[in-house]
Amino acid sequence: MAQHEITLKINGAEKSASVESRLLLVHFLRETLAMTGTHIGCDTTHCGACTVLMDGEPVKSCTVLAVQADGHDVTTVEGLEQGGKLNPIQNGFWQEHGLQCGYCTPGMLMTTSALLERNPDPSEGEIREAISGNLCRCTGYVNIVKSVQHAAAALRQPSPEA
Amino acid sequence: MESTTTPKTSAAICGMGHSMKRKEDPRFIRGQGNYVDDVKLPGMLHMAIVRSPFAHAKILAIHTEKAMEVPGVLAVITGETLKQYNLHWMPTLMSDTQMVLPVEKVMYQAQEVAAVIATDRYAAADGVDAVEVEYDPLPVVIDPKKALLPDAPVLRTDKTGKTDNLIWHWQTGDAAATDKAFAEADVTVSQDIYIPRIHVASIETCGCVADFNPAMGHLTVHMTTQAPHAIRTVFALVAGHVGLSEEKIRIISPDIGGGFGGKVPVYPGYVIAVAASVVIGKPVKWIENRMENLQADSFARDYHMSVDLAAKKDGTMTALRIKTLADHGYADAAANPSKYPAGMFSICTGSYDIKTAFTEMDAAYTNKPPGGVAYRCSFRVTEAAHAIERITDVLAQELKMDPAEIRFKNFIGVDKFPYKSALGWEYDSGNYAAALTKAMDIIGYADLRREQAEKRSRGELMGIGICSFTEIVGAGPSKDFDILGIKMFDSAEIRVHPTGKAITRLGTKSQGQGHETTYAQIVAEELGIPAAHVQVEEGDTDTAPYGLGTYASRSTPVSGAACAMAARKIRDKAKKIAAHLLEVSEEDLDWEPGKFSVKGAPQKSKTIQECAFAAYTNSTPGLEPGLEAISYYDPPNLTFPFGSYICVVDIDRGTGMVKIRRFVAIDDCGNIINPMIVEGQIHGGLTMGMAPALLEEISYDENGNISGGSFMDYLVPTSMETPAWETGKTTTPSPHHPLGAKGVGESATVGAPPAIVNAVVDALAHLGVKHIEIPITPEKVWNLLREAGVAE
Repeated sequence: MAQHEITLKINGAEKSASVESRLLLVHFLRETLAMTGTHIGCDTTHCGACTVLMDGEPVKSCTVLAVQADGHDVTTVEGLEQGGKLNPIQNGFWQEHGLQCGYCTPGMLMTTSALLERNPDPSEGEIREAISGNLCRCTGYVNIVKSVQHAAAALRQPSPEA
Repeated sequence: MESTTTPKTSAAICGMGHSMKRKEDPRFIRGQGNYVDDVKLPGMLHMAIVRSPFAHAKILAIHTEKAMEVPGVLAVITGETLKQYNLHWMPTLMSDTQMVLPVEKVMYQAQEVAAVIATDRYAAADGVDAVEVEYDPLPVVIDPKKALLPDAPVLRTDKTGKTDNLIWHWQTGDAAATDKAFAEADVTVSQDIYIPRIHVASIETCGCVADFNPAMGHLTVHMTTQAPHAIRTVFALVAGHVGLSEEKIRIISPDIGGGFGGKVPVYPGYVIAVAASVVIGKPVKWIENRMENLQADSFARDYHMSVDLAAKKDGTMTALRIKTLADHGYADAAANPSKYPAGMFSICTGSYDIKTAFTEMDAAYTNKPPGGVAYRCSFRVTEAAHAIERITDVLAQELKMDPAEIRFKNFIGVDKFPYKSALGWEYDSGNYAAALTKAMDIIGYADLRREQAEKRSRGELMGIGICSFTEIVGAGPSKDFDILGIKMFDSAEIRVHPTGKAITRLGTKSQGQGHETTYAQIVAEELGIPAAHVQVEEGDTDTAPYGLGTYASRSTPVSGAACAMAARKIRDKAKKIAAHLLEVSEEDLDWEPGKFSVKGAPQKSKTIQECAFAAYTNSTPGLEPGLEAISYYDPPNLTFPFGSYICVVDIDRGTGMVKIRRFVAIDDCGNIINPMIVEGQIHGGLTMGMAPALLEEISYDENGNISGGSFMDYLVPTSMETPAWETGKTTTPSPHHPLGAKGVGESATVGAPPAIVNAVVDALAHLGVKHIEIPITPEKVWNLLREAGVAE
């Protein structure tokens, strides 16, 4: 199996590695870099547990090859907290009980991050549409919608939420 | 039991009734949970499984040579390998047997045939592709009705003397009295109802890391299990003959990404991984992919029911009779208490005072995966609730009565508890009319009926459906409940440290239910130690006291009670210490959460923290040092949570699409420990109730090929189909639970499907529709509309 040298940014830090052509981005993150916050829930790009941002856009890292991420900027759940301070999206999910088993949560957080970047004040319908590619089996989505609204309100404040 | 709707403790202590933010969340929102696929051990190997493309076939040969040539592949394990150790078969939790790996034949599509062990998961998958298996297909039995015909091929030829495909027959109630009541009834109604095969599809699949230490002879298994202690005992029973005795087995259940009943059984993959680790002497990881999960793990439901209800002209129900055919696949691998092969199905008289009832069931073998486990419900309660809540509406329709009216007429009265049901259960408490009244008030029932009449006159389709379910959870009293002989008690151990902080360990295992928070709040309630200062640990059999695990909504009814009882033992000891410190007798002390004070002199007091410190630093005469306690709680009865749900649907005449416009759920789970968590459980349960009602089904063609075997066509609800649930509560405490609590995690899964079906049938009733099978797909509805001549 051919090997490829790739260099990409993960949460702002440059990483280089030699990878097989077929290595999936999600396995590169989880196995090669030991960043296990990104989860795997299906094989068909339906569940969204593996969602990360590539150049700011949510992608399902189970259907992106590591070589396709070469030269790109990847953000994972591990990149949300900055300087020991929770991202308002993380806090929103905590405050509004937007998670139960926690397995879909990293993907939900990343999808939310992309949504609020492009739409700081989404309606409930826009939130539901944005997260429709991320399955949650525990919460029934009601509190996830509230969590996103909580986060959106915090992010719209002039100074970041403590 | 006192009803507690306002907290007794301060926000700083955060006992029962506080919506404390969850203690487990800080790790999950950082991606720092520790799920089984996150476990990585030195030298760890990876396992992948070869599966059968046929539903029934002889295995002629398994060729492993090419697989062994794949770089990274170290071993291929087959049934013949396991047979050398007599590990190729294993018992199910229902005292049936199932194959770990086959030696002679496969019994369902996707059955495990061989396992490849390799240095990484890609090499293992390559090895699976390189294994060649020669099959000779055999006749396939898919329809359980045909399975029980005299000329059906006998599937379990491994069972000596077995001449048919009947697994068991079960019945309860008074058949003769029921027949008599039917003969004398003013009116009788009947309905065949099929509850299809579905799958819990937790977002995390199943898996394990088996780690055998050859030097010590110790086996540690990190695995997705809802019942780690029971699994340890099962492993010891299955593999004791090869040296794995129970003191050398440690099961660690790490963070679990959803369980819902699907992570109770022992799957072949776990056993093969253990065998591989023992044989090779290195850790072996096995993680299912989604298709393996949906196609081979235990299914739920698959009940074919014939339901008959007898009544007087005024709608008073007089007798219920249900005959069921249960399709268990090729093995009965359910996880019911051993005396209850049909689980708690005999709760089927529901919330109604039906004096006479009889139910019987045949269970059949077919060429499908073994099961069936729960799908977020307490042992077949969902099927029972569907039967009674559907047939109640069929009766209302027959008598032209309002479905609310017929329920009020038949509810077990609030003055009749404890209530002995016709099929033998003693309901602990209930107030069914209060819950339905509240649901009707919130949704505006009378206005909706007026709106419906107006819309119907314009040809628009709108329906209102009610479900007033009763659950039966918290198994269970040891006199009746065991799994493989182990009584269904559960446990809690609390240790209070010298500085007044505490750790509690339990025999249950959270899979998202928030145990780390809820149990801490119980300790806080009973001891006044702030919940923030109580560490909760579960899931490690080396450290936690023995328990039967988390399923069937039993954690709060059983381990929650154990937690309260252990805390009370600690409080009793702390009281002796406080009396010593304050130089008074115990009788002279008052307790408020967190503090003992002298009666009449409240300024003289000792906090629980001061008592804890003294327990380690200042010997109290006659007392051992330390402050800890353990409780194994054997519940005196089950708990019977209940609720009334009302669903409003609109139906598109052009597409047959059902849209849930509103759904009001009033639940009563007794006294509530954390209202935020309870509401979250209900939201999730409602969604997992809607799923089989409208979307999910696993079915098979006549050759045993699965449909619904991946997320391509097994439709787990997304945020788009899921409505904005409206919830509310009434509070009727359990009289026998130390906290007055009942279970709640599964109520909504039980209650939601009949409410939705009843709403759809209600929308179409004027067209002559009396019943519709789940899942209610647009196609089914559109065909009904077309037959009635109203499709657009």
